[in-house]
Amino acid sequence: MSTLPLAKEGRLRSLADFYLTTIRTAIQQQFQYRAATYMYLVGMVAEPVIYLVVWSTIADQSGGTVGGLTAGEFAAYYIVWTLVRTMNIVFTPYGWEERIREGELSGQLLRPLHPIHYDLAWFAGGKVPWVLFYLPIAVVLTLVFNPTFDVRPLEIAVFAVAVWGAYLIRTFYQSALGLVTFWTTRVGALFQLYITLELLLSGRLVPLTLMPEWVQTAAWFLPFRWTFYFPIQALVDDLSNEQLLGGLAMQALWTLIGIGLFSLVWRYAIRRYTAVGN
Amino acid sequence: MNDAVVHVAELRKTFDVPEREAGLKAATKGLVRRKTKEVRAVDGISFDIAPGEIVGFLGPNGAGKTTTLKMLSGLLYVSSGDAQVLGHVPSKRERDFLRRIALVMGNRNQLQWDLPALDSFELNRSIYRIPREHFLRNRDELVELLEVGDLVKKPVRQLSLGERMKVEIVGSLLHQPQVLFLDEPTIGLDVTMQKRIREFVAEYRQRHGATVMLTSHYMADVEALCERVIVIHHGKILFDGKLGALSNTFAAWKTITAAMENGASDLSSYGEVIHRDGDLVTLRVPKADTARVTARLLAEQAVLDLNVEDPPIEDVIELVFAQENRS
Repeated sequence: MSTLPLAKEGRLRSLADFYLTTIRTAIQQQFQYRAATYMYLVGMVAEPVIYLVVWSTIADQSGGTVGGLTAGEFAAYYIVWTLVRTMNIVFTPYGWEERIREGELSGQLLRPLHPIHYDLAWFAGGKVPWVLFYLPIAVVLTLVFNPTFDVRPLEIAVFAVAVWGAYLIRTFYQSALGLVTFWTTRVGALFQLYITLELLLSGRLVPLTLMPEWVQTAAWFLPFRWTFYFPIQALVDDLSNEQLLGGLAMQALWTLIGIGLFSLVWRYAIRRYTAVGN
Repeated sequence: MNDAVVHVAELRKTFDVPEREAGLKAATKGLVRRKTKEVRAVDGISFDIAPGEIVGFLGPNGAGKTTTLKMLSGLLYVSSGDAQVLGHVPSKRERDFLRRIALVMGNRNQLQWDLPALDSFELNRSIYRIPREHFLRNRDELVELLEVGDLVKKPVRQLSLGERMKVEIVGSLLHQPQVLFLDEPTIGLDVTMQKRIREFVAEYRQRHGATVMLTSHYMADVEALCERVIVIHHGKILFDGKLGALSNTFAAWKTITAAMENGASDLSSYGEVIHRDGDLVTLRVPKADTARVTARLLAEQAVLDLNVEDPPIEDVIELVFAQENRS
């Protein structure tokens, strides 16, 4: 029996090669569905534009501000919101549910690489066309809504890292949730609860400063604010250097907790896999 | 067998399957209390497979074939017993193990649906860490062997079932696995395509010295490829041995086909007439009586030609399962 040698590159370089190849493949796949990508973006933009119009109108009618935010600041918030939302799209628990229920996980378990790497790489690649398509839309929104931006180079740098931090946090928590399918088969109800909490505690629905005090306090102890509010704040608000770097540290902490949680659930969940369907 | 590539001892797999009556009442009851039933999919099987061996794994639907293959490829944890492949415990799914095996399932699609298969092959190269020169050599060799030169450039969704199966096989074998688990690789394919896949499996095994375990409902696959078969039913092994010995063990008869000078002769006193086509008559006779009946036929009848055969393998397999169901 002849065994193939491993590629000369070390494990890390091979992993990087895998990520780059998967990202390239995901981009190609997205380009196969141009019309779907356009429609998807329209849907993505509709949500923040509605929020933006509502809050700008309320701000105008309330003497120019709501909770201390001007119409221009709302515009900045929701224009950046859309970019953050595009960047933090991950493989959802619904995806895990289907993958497990239909037995599609089998193919991935046969590979000498954990499926989470594939999800991380694939959804990272998917973002490239979405962000490219969104940039001209962002320009149009800027011209129409006249946002208030005052950005420092460090804020741009922190934002660039924070959107990926948000992506990692959401990936690990939602994947851990998806693994619950191994026990319940249908994880949808639990996911709805997660999304409701995220809407309220992340700054996804409204800027957190508009929420009651107790909600803002609760948000400090949960991962959600680091997936929306912090990256947006990094670019829109005037955070100090300590706040910016402290935010990244919090993202790193929640990512590590997420990895630990996912690994723990995976260890027990995978024993329950029945590989039905395939 | 110490050098076995696949070693299985007293292997068992049970599933807890939810069970309830039909109807709203039963569904409502199920909200409060769920009933489950333990199903033994594999029930204490043992066998060894030597390096380079090609073994047919036969059984009716639900016999436990696919469950066994899934345990051996690491997809399922075993309930009890021992399974080792290439010295690894499959359920640990160690990288070195997964790089040396492949499970090809006839109804499974692992290629990117909207992209040409070439893109999926490239992805597999990076997943299996195949050195580029080996990747290109293997890819071109497999593409040539399976005659899919132009197909790998088309989006997978535009391929026919048979074409897709062939490119799936290319994708699954790029890392040159030493152990192949093939689960119904020819299912749904036309006769020509089945033959092509069979020839390919034989060729791959010869070139790379691979060990192959194959399940198929098409006896032509088994007859063409496997010297040894393992017959499984209700999770238990009923037979493990040479394909030729299967009829000796289970079929208590042989068939005698005689070309008669006078086709109208009544041969029912020699055995059960199972077929008659003009002057050609086929008899089924008890195995122990074959020699005596043959001698009688030649002595008493005007026989132009005579042929004694074991029954077709399909009939033997059918008989094995029928006997087991009755017992």
